[in-house]
Amino acid sequence: MYGHGLRSLSIASSVSVTTALALVFFYAPNDADQGFIQKIFYIHVSMAIVALAGFVAGGAFAVQHLRTGDRRWDLRSYVAIHLSIVLAVGVLITGSIWARGSWGHWWLWDEPTLVSFLIVALLYACYQPLRFAIEDAERQARYASVFAITAGAFVPLNFLAVRLAEAYTHPRVLSTTGGAMPGSMRFTFLVTLGAVALLFVTLWKYELTSKNVRIQLKALRARLAPAGPDH
Amino acid sequence: MAPVLAILRKDLRTELRTRQSVPAMSLLSTTTFVVFHFGLDRSSVEGELAAGVLWVTLLFAAMLGINRLFVAEQEEGGFDGFLLAPIDRSAMLLAKVVALLIYLVALELVALPAFALLLLGPAPTQALPELLAIIALADVGIAVVGTLVAALAVRARARELLVPLLALPLLLPVLIGAAEASAPLFLDAGAEPVKAQWYLVLGLYDMVFALLAYAVFDFLVED
Repeated sequence: MYGHGLRSLSIASSVSVTTALALVFFYAPNDADQGFIQKIFYIHVSMAIVALAGFVAGGAFAVQHLRTGDRRWDLRSYVAIHLSIVLAVGVLITGSIWARGSWGHWWLWDEPTLVSFLIVALLYACYQPLRFAIEDAERQARYASVFAITAGAFVPLNFLAVRLAEAYTHPRVLSTTGGAMPGSMRFTFLVTLGAVALLFVTLWKYELTSKNVRIQLKALRARLAPAGPDH
Repeated sequence: MAPVLAILRKDLRTELRTRQSVPAMSLLSTTTFVVFHFGLDRSSVEGELAAGVLWVTLLFAAMLGINRLFVAEQEEGGFDGFLLAPIDRSAMLLAKVVALLIYLVALELVALPAFALLLLGPAPTQALPELLAIIALADVGIAVVGTLVAALAVRARARELLVPLLALPLLLPVLIGAAEASAPLFLDAGAEPVKAQWYLVLGLYDMVFALLAYAVFDFLVED
């Protein structure tokens, strides 16, 4: 009952990820300035946007959880944040590779978006340690939701503060995702973004399904146990 | 307002009698200045370096106070007594924020003279109002977020480990704002004006997290 639509979602996301990769490698032109390495931009920026959207969605689900008291919202929030953390690690690795390829350094402190992302990733890395350090299941869900909301509000403030701090010493001459992308690049980027978003939603549904099935199984086992032979 | 004052009075009286937080915080700050002296191998610092040393020290010292903020409630059954009383839950938030704010001010009364004496080049005596304004704005942010984090972590196993891990990234905007704002005040050649944007960043941070803490705090003391 929970796996509804999983098959079509899986097919759609595998097709769109394949299409996106094909477009990145065969359709989009090499960047005049940075050459082949610039192609990592499509996957890096898409993952970053989807990860941030996932964190914000996790916060929104947490608000729903606290408002309604329905534990399913907490599960949704937990899975969204958990997947976003995985994506965030991918963003930091691809960002680092890109920085090395284009600027010759594995890490650059004057790239505010990347620095802000590191701070956000460090904060969300505490989500699971906090969550699983609280024993009572109901309290765990409530505290995790409070964390998800606080961290969700922190994300934009943090981007603002880091950007201002860097702009102070290093004026930004051109924006990385700037409006000056040629049409074929923009198209490829949008397709990749859509593909990563779809993949995120599919994985989210898969994990939710698996978690819900496990919870159901546990409940059924608990109902079965008193009737078992050893009682 | 009466419940807030009652909780605050209780906290301050306990602190005065047990002397758990403030002396440790002040001592840690002074020790950290000595650590910085040897770590940086400098006998005096100025400008951005001075601002960084000061704010990192204050932030780390604040962690000690944040760690202890709800421990008495958790261990001595204070939460139960509070929940039995027919008062608003936000009273606890406000009282704890004010208590932490008082601890921070007490910390700074020791840490700032110690910093001026041990590490800082020429003290920014003419720029004192600006410095105090920055410290006030930063303290409110640290107190609000510190209270929220302390309440989040107090029921968890290994809360002493979680508090700094949660609070330090959350307080990074305060560190950025306060350090960038106070850097021009600590220049060797004399204080330069502070950029107004940093007051705005700190003020915005304080406001957002105060509203947020007010909205979510009830869920942390529900049972």
